[in-house]
Amino acid sequence: MAALEEEFTLSAVHLGAGPDGLLGVEPSDRADQFLVTDGGRSVVLYKVSDQKPLGSWSVKQGQIITCPAVCNFQTGEYIVVHDNKVLRIWNNEDGDLGKVFKATLSAEVYRIYSTQGTEPIVLFKEGAVRGLEALLAEPQQKIESVISEEEVIRWTKIFMILRHPILLFITEKHETYFAYVQTVHSHTLSKYTLVLGEEKALIQSFTASMDRKLISLITLCSDGSVYEALIPTHPSDPEKTQRVVRSLLLKGIVSGNARNGAAVATLDQDHVAVLGPAPEASKECLSIWNTKFQTLQTSKELPQGTSGQLWYYGEILFMLHGKFLTVIPYKCEVSSLAGALGKLKHNQDQGTQAVTRFVSWETSQECFQNSEQSKRILRRRKSEMSIQPEAPASKQLLSSIKKDSEKHIEVELRKFLATKRTPGCHAVIGDIVTGLLGRSKAEPLFYPRNCLAQLIQTCALSYSLCPGLMEVALEKKDVQILQLCLQHFPDIPESATCACLKLFLSISDSSLKEADVHMESVSASSDGAPEERMEQQPGAVENGSSPAEADCAAAANGRPPGTREESASSPVLPKRAALLNAVLHSAYSETFLVPHLKDIPAQHVTLFLRYLYFLYLKCNENATMTLPGIHPPTLNQIMDWICLLLDANFTVVVMIPEAKRLLLSLYKFVKSQISICSELNKIEISFRELQKLNQEKNNRGLYSIEVLELF
Amino acid sequence: MLAAEGGMGEFKVHRVRFFNYVPSGIRCVAYNNQSNRLAVSRTDGTVEIYNLSANYFQEKFFPGNESRSTEALCWAKEQRLFSAGLNGEIIEYDLQTLSIKYAMDAFGGPIWSMAASPSGSQLLVGCEDGSVKLFQITPDKIQFERNFDRQKNRILSLSWHPSGTHIAAGSIDYISVFDVKSGSVTHKMHVDRQYMGVSKRKCIIWGVAFLSDGTVVSVDSAGKVQFWDSATGTLVKSHLVANADVQSIAISDQEDSLVVGTAEGTVFHFQLVSVTSNSIEKQWVRTKPFQHHTHDVRTVAHSPTALISGGTDTHLVIRPLMEKVEVKNYDAALRKITFPHRRLISCSKKKQLLLFQFAHHLELWQLGSTVATGRNGDTLPLSKNADHLLHLKAKGPENIICSCISPCGSWMAYSTASRFFLYRLKYERGNISLQRVSKMPAFLHSALQILFSEDSTKLFVASNQGSLHIIRLLDGSFKHLHTFPSLSGTVESMCLLAVSPDGNWLAASGTSAGVHVYSIKLLKLHCTVPAYNFPVTALAIAPNTNNLVIAHSDQQVFEYSIPDKQYTEWSRALQKQGFHHLWLQRDTPITHISFHPKRPMHILLHDAYMFCIIDKSLPLPNDKTLLYNPIPPTNESDVIRRRTAHAFKISKLYKPLLFMDLLDERTLVAVERPLDDIIAQLPPPIKKKKFGT
Repeated sequence: MAALEEEFTLSAVHLGAGPDGLLGVEPSDRADQFLVTDGGRSVVLYKVSDQKPLGSWSVKQGQIITCPAVCNFQTGEYIVVHDNKVLRIWNNEDGDLGKVFKATLSAEVYRIYSTQGTEPIVLFKEGAVRGLEALLAEPQQKIESVISEEEVIRWTKIFMILRHPILLFITEKHETYFAYVQTVHSHTLSKYTLVLGEEKALIQSFTASMDRKLISLITLCSDGSVYEALIPTHPSDPEKTQRVVRSLLLKGIVSGNARNGAAVATLDQDHVAVLGPAPEASKECLSIWNTKFQTLQTSKELPQGTSGQLWYYGEILFMLHGKFLTVIPYKCEVSSLAGALGKLKHNQDQGTQAVTRFVSWETSQECFQNSEQSKRILRRRKSEMSIQPEAPASKQLLSSIKKDSEKHIEVELRKFLATKRTPGCHAVIGDIVTGLLGRSKAEPLFYPRNCLAQLIQTCALSYSLCPGLMEVALEKKDVQILQLCLQHFPDIPESATCACLKLFLSISDSSLKEADVHMESVSASSDGAPEERMEQQPGAVENGSSPAEADCAAAANGRPPGTREESASSPVLPKRAALLNAVLHSAYSETFLVPHLKDIPAQHVTLFLRYLYFLYLKCNENATMTLPGIHPPTLNQIMDWICLLLDANFTVVVMIPEAKRLLLSLYKFVKSQISICSELNKIEISFRELQKLNQEKNNRGLYSIEVLELF
Repeated sequence: MLAAEGGMGEFKVHRVRFFNYVPSGIRCVAYNNQSNRLAVSRTDGTVEIYNLSANYFQEKFFPGNESRSTEALCWAKEQRLFSAGLNGEIIEYDLQTLSIKYAMDAFGGPIWSMAASPSGSQLLVGCEDGSVKLFQITPDKIQFERNFDRQKNRILSLSWHPSGTHIAAGSIDYISVFDVKSGSVTHKMHVDRQYMGVSKRKCIIWGVAFLSDGTVVSVDSAGKVQFWDSATGTLVKSHLVANADVQSIAISDQEDSLVVGTAEGTVFHFQLVSVTSNSIEKQWVRTKPFQHHTHDVRTVAHSPTALISGGTDTHLVIRPLMEKVEVKNYDAALRKITFPHRRLISCSKKKQLLLFQFAHHLELWQLGSTVATGRNGDTLPLSKNADHLLHLKAKGPENIICSCISPCGSWMAYSTASRFFLYRLKYERGNISLQRVSKMPAFLHSALQILFSEDSTKLFVASNQGSLHIIRLLDGSFKHLHTFPSLSGTVESMCLLAVSPDGNWLAASGTSAGVHVYSIKLLKLHCTVPAYNFPVTALAIAPNTNNLVIAHSDQQVFEYSIPDKQYTEWSRALQKQGFHHLWLQRDTPITHISFHPKRPMHILLHDAYMFCIIDKSLPLPNDKTLLYNPIPPTNESDVIRRRTAHAFKISKLYKPLLFMDLLDERTLVAVERPLDDIIAQLPPPIKKKKFGT
């Protein structure tokens, strides 16, 4: 769920914001302090929590600031450009901008970027990029022109990849948009054409975020819809201009006729903030949308109008509301379906209900939000293909699988995955996996684990699409891939599940330690196990007391023996626990699973049983009967597996003393649970009677005369 | 004085919750694609017709009968409606006159199932004695054609193959496939009696559906939905969906989606989905469960855009399929229809009496009184409680169609499908005596609507032949004054009546055509209000101005001046401006309209979830104004209040509201029927354990 908090204005003195609003709001080197550059002559440093300015600087009459002031994080100085070419650098102590350091450059500056951990970077209007140090060393150096004539920079953003800055800038030429990705240090520049598709709407606002190796460029168009385009940060072919297709994220969320334009900002991977008039209402408002579920999370009206500009840093949004710079803190939580169901806009009367979309079963299979949309993309792609005769990414990938290096395949795969998926993508992904496995069988050294992991995580694969995959992973004892398979495949046969279980129980600690396993299903409380206790002597008496005594003691205080220490620590390593949890989560059919469970060696059965018993006790520690953690096994799954395991191995289990004792305490515990449940069922009936009595009391009877005043 | 305060005034509200009405459970639903209408039959034999195009308005109904239960309901060609039941009769309904056209004994014992052929020209019934009988539908009747091979057990379900060459019949423990031409069984498919490992005595096939590819889908008492291949007679796939009976099945016309209802109140949606993305092979997959019922879902239907279900808990639930609904509008909302869309209550303002109409009896209650006064929201101490005066049991098995008490409280009338009753009420020192007026004229044998004039001297009766009778009431006797014949060319029955308080005008409306206004003085048709696309849900004529206020099922309200024979200025302004979108989104129809005797600018109307006073003197709300504002103005100045005030004053305090009227200028009566009270009277649902399952 995302929420907007109470807004406040930064200063009672309204800024000299021109008709175009502010030039920019930039963070300074101190938290909570921001540099606000207005559209005229002054730069103000604000402390947001105190809502007051700390300092203010202006350029001389006649000069005009053309680029928002930024803070050089390495030196703590501030940098601003006025009259396009004049660079000024000053610090907090300086009072007059006329007297501070000045450098006149040979070309017009578009913007200066400053981020933590790198020197400021200057972007010129012609598209050239320089580091500040290099520029100051020779201010009059010649600046080359990168973009063509008539091409104008519309929007830019800087990203950091492994401490290297990457600059994205969008240019426009005759209503065609281009995206440039400039790696500052290596000076590689790649150019992409933004394919707008059939919608001829103008782009009103840009925002972008980076996720791993892709930049997600989000655009808000004048038709009120939000689109997303994915741009790779490492181009496969820097020489060529490539095309980027965009897809619809949200439809018609702002009204098309925004007076001052509308703005969009990516808050996190699932949330965007949108500033602009809501459809069917003239008032402007700020709203947060969840793009994953396409729901409106929250919104706030801004009746005094905005300039259509939006900045965000940390968890704060800045915008002009009327004549004042307004700050709205916000919170976005990880989007879950329950959270995203969200709420309808609180003021329904405004006629601006949330546009809720429904996923149809037929199309959900294809990982799409909207069948209509997918068709549109398909159509677009077709037309695109007719323009570009080059083979699609999948073909290229399939051919590279046969011969290229693992590294290269990975790059190709990333490119393939970056394209939006078409309805036929299942089959293609299946083909890719089959190709990879085929090669891996032929060349024993070839095992593209990363590729496989990525492919499994597309959720487009299933066991039946690539039956060999788990087989190979079992052979290679690759628990990481197996865990992913168990998590993502809907149709694993019981034999394979059981083979995984066997491997997970038998794999050595040392090889486990190396494995990169998802740990989210294991809660923090259970991963404190210092060592595994499988080597424990069977039949050893715990706590020095004989089993009979323990039983008595347990019976006396109503808890089964060994409860305390069993529940205190997990009998398996956290990594092993995570793997076993994946098995617990998998789907199975009892009839088919039980025969395979019989093949598990007795000591592993005991270990697994101990783990299940541990989980069961953990479950019963709280009232909701759930385990902590993000995706823990449920009580039903635990119980079902205990039953399955005992069904399959009962004769074996009763023969092993340790297992037998475990069984006894399990039996006692379950018995006490059953008696609790039966008591609860009894109490439920009594409660219902009480509730009935209560209702009767609340019920104002069958007849009354009341006073009603209508307003 | 109150008006000067800016408010709508203060009322004493008699809040009545002793109307012990329990709707009958739903037994069958049948959807007709051509007319987009839904026929619903209830366990008491009532059949209701809902117009899904007109906001799900219940536009017609056929009263039930104790001796008749409907086990099956179906539409045949030319939108003819048939039902069959345990009395062994097949009944055809006349949708024009709202009466039963004929009933015909099938001579096979109780009938459990019925299905019309895909062409709609033949009718098939499944009987208790194991016979399947084929009837030919002739233009004015049905004609027995022949029997199919008789089976051992009763035939509980029937389905035609879309080509009309074969049928599937569900019985006990097996499904038979018949060849229609020869009438012989081509396959018999035995259903596993095993149920969760336990052998049940019998497995009842509650429903079958025959698909064009030869697949037969069955639902049974063991909780299974099974797919059979009728060519080989083999089981293809079985889904266990419930721990109790699966009682109903319906399939979409495209055969890509089907719906089943279980005794646990769950409705499951199955869809035909491609197995893999580019294969043509498709599979039936259970996709969505819906739990909108607490009790058995006895019947389901599948319209092109919605799943429809009904059962013992008396709700009719219409669940739109979201992927088929393109825009978020009225049709995208889940509908739960519980109460009839007509009035069951009439009121004598003078004597403060309420007459409650039940299926087989009438109750007369006198409201209590109080001398106390209080502020908004107060409950006043009663000086006299409400009094149950009379319980009048109807004679015969037929349900009561309509009833009315005169405004003076001294006359009472009701009608069943074949008899009309008029009573004279006398009050003597707290005692009430009831005297039936005998020798009713022969033409007065059935009424769809009864109305007394304001001065209680005239009785208006809408008969099911489309004619309107006017009867003058004298002290203890009556005289037939006039009959307006049904208007030329139509035999459509009038369902709603309204008389002007001065007694000069009578307005009557049928189910589809416009509203007719008759002059009672001149005894002739005065005018006809222009026809509107949506059926009328309530009618009333305002005092003094004689403006006719009409509410339609699409939530539009019109005001028509009878003397001027045109819509009033206010109505035109309202139409021009349009209603507030929240007003149009209400999902129950307005069932009653009344007027304030002292405030000619006020119109009172209500639906099941709100009541509203429209003050015509105030500006109309637009979509930006807050339509419903329950909070009284506190610190605002009068100016602001006046500026934000609009014509629609809404109260949602009383719900579900079955009746609301003005007793006098300061007193309202509101009859509520809380859902909890209805649920308390239903049989308990299948209990599910909460703990330790």
